[in-house]
Amino acid sequence: MRVLVAVKRVVDYNVKVRVKADGTGVDLANVKMSMNPFDEIACEEAVRLKEAGVATEVVAVSCGVTACQETLRSAMALGADRGILVESEAELQPLAVAKLLQAVVNKEAPQLVLLGKQAIDDDSNQVGQMLASLMGWPQATFASKVVIAGDKASVTREIDGGLETLELKLPAVVTSDLRLNEPRYAALPSIMKAKKKPLAVIKPSDLGVDVSPRLSTLKVAEPPKRSAGVRVPDVKQLVDKLRNEAKVLP
Amino acid sequence: MTVLVIAEHDGALLKSATLNTISAAAKLGGDIHVLVAGAGCGAAAAAAAQVAGVAKVLLADAAHYQDQGAENLAALVLAQAGAYTHLLLPATSFGKNIAPRVAAKLDVAQISDIVSVEAADTFVRPIYAGNALATVKSSDGVKVITVRSTAFEAAGQGGSAPVEAIAAGPDLGLSRLVGRELTKSARPELAAAKIVVSGGRGMGSAENYSKFLDPIADKLNAALGASRAAVDAGYAPNDYQVGQTGKIVAPQLYLAIGISGAIQHLAGMKDAKVIVAINKDPDAPIFQVADYGLIGDLFQLVPQLTAELG
Ligand SMILES: Cc1cc2nc3c(=O)[nH]c(=O)nc-3n(C[C@H](O)[C@H](O)[C@H](O)COP(=O)(O)OP(=O)(O)OC[C@H]3O[C@@H](n4cnc5c(N)ncnc54)[C@H](O)[C@@H]3O)c2cc1C
Repeated sequence: MRVLVAVKRVVDYNVKVRVKADGTGVDLANVKMSMNPFDEIACEEAVRLKEAGVATEVVAVSCGVTACQETLRSAMALGADRGILVESEAELQPLAVAKLLQAVVNKEAPQLVLLGKQAIDDDSNQVGQMLASLMGWPQATFASKVVIAGDKASVTREIDGGLETLELKLPAVVTSDLRLNEPRYAALPSIMKAKKKPLAVIKPSDLGVDVSPRLSTLKVAEPPKRSAGVRVPDVKQLVDKLRNEAKVLP
Repeated sequence: MTVLVIAEHDGALLKSATLNTISAAAKLGGDIHVLVAGAGCGAAAAAAAQVAGVAKVLLADAAHYQDQGAENLAALVLAQAGAYTHLLLPATSFGKNIAPRVAAKLDVAQISDIVSVEAADTFVRPIYAGNALATVKSSDGVKVITVRSTAFEAAGQGGSAPVEAIAAGPDLGLSRLVGRELTKSARPELAAAKIVVSGGRGMGSAENYSKFLDPIADKLNAALGASRAAVDAGYAPNDYQVGQTGKIVAPQLYLAIGISGAIQHLAGMKDAKVIVAINKDPDAPIFQVADYGLIGDLFQLVPQLTAELG
């Protein structure tokens, strides 16, 4: 079976972003960009399915600017067989991305689509669920374990109260949580090999998808700053402050 | 303008995040209806009817809503959506699972994790792990929204809304619940607790996590939390994780013990009223947000603190 993985190019998770002075967004000039960490986990899972003989082909898809080709190369260095870039300079919101992926899924006919549960830039947590809905497929979000057996997937999910396991009919959408796996480091030979793997570039218009944004951002502001407080020398003074200064203890 | 809140409940009681979501709905103005879907969940519907500000409760009672699966619930919400201008769900693992399915089928954007209602079409939401707050305006006819519970008070009691039974949708049969392993705890719910005691990688082991943190959490009647590193290492269950991609908390008092203060962790707790950090590294970033910092070995300081609390 074919597995499709969606990967997004985002600000690296180590970067502390700054809001632009004019309030139009965050400053992304000269900032390190990487594959969204959750997508890396999704990609690793797909590659492991192939290594286990469950998947026959892993196709990585990214939607966005030309530089997303680097993200696709990273996915191929992890082990994806080929890449598809849906190239667009426009701001792509989750609904638009879900529609683009739907069109790609209709062409590629995968049995499983793996995505990260959320992107660490807009923190939306939407695309996987939207794609499943548009396809009329079952979904398992926040996955920490995926087992494929025949035409079913058994997926353990991290939910607010603990864990739950679902059995889904394939084809299905699964979104990864942090503990699904620990992605490998791509070794140099894999990185070199990835450069030769096929990468197709298409446009939203080729897929007949209208990607116009539905939400307009009126402004982006800095959150209220917390200032550092005081160091207390010992436990006695800490408790005294909590009781008498902060008044958070009786 | 009529708002539909999709209730998260356990069949008998509403989850606290549902009450915060009802408060967010009240900020929109207009009538508030609450949808309670489940199997044998009449008690939860009765509880929803008593929440202040609720004008009507819709009850969909059917066996295939028992497990709260996203596919069947989203289809049910869609069948009701035509009568509403706004659909609100809590930004919990329940709400995040369902809302995008509904929005996609309605061909509208979903607005995730709002922390403020500026107007009926304009909302504030955190992005980049809470390092920026975006004010966004929706041009869609129906607004599908998830609500960050810590940003809105819990709605009070005093309502007496009618409960109307509605027809259940079909069972789509796309997915089946095999089982749940829920963390059992007599402590307050993490996302709504007044005091949270969180342990990080500095705890060193699962044994130490409970040996050092249980007694202090008992004394403070606190919920327990953890950093991702502590959860990954198996010191604490997954649902204890506080942060950008875990739970968001805003207690009166947050104790960060053996936690360095990575941005992803801060995203989940920096709205606490008072933050206390215990860490042996004086340069740990957690001290930049802590109101009170105690530098030293947690294995000495935590027992002392527990004793001092009397
Ligand atoms: C995509 C993504 C999402 C993430 N989401 C989250 C999230 O939701 N929540 C989250 O918490 N993290 C998250 N992280 C991880 C985050 O980046 C940090 O790695 C993590 O928070 C570190 O946990 P920690 O502070 O416990 O560990 P460390 O950074 O290792 O810190 C341990 C601290 O303990 C102190 N210490 C050690 N021993 C002692 C002792 N005996 N006494 C006193 N102090 C001691 C040390 O000085 C150190 O400061 C995410 C990361 C990624 C990439």
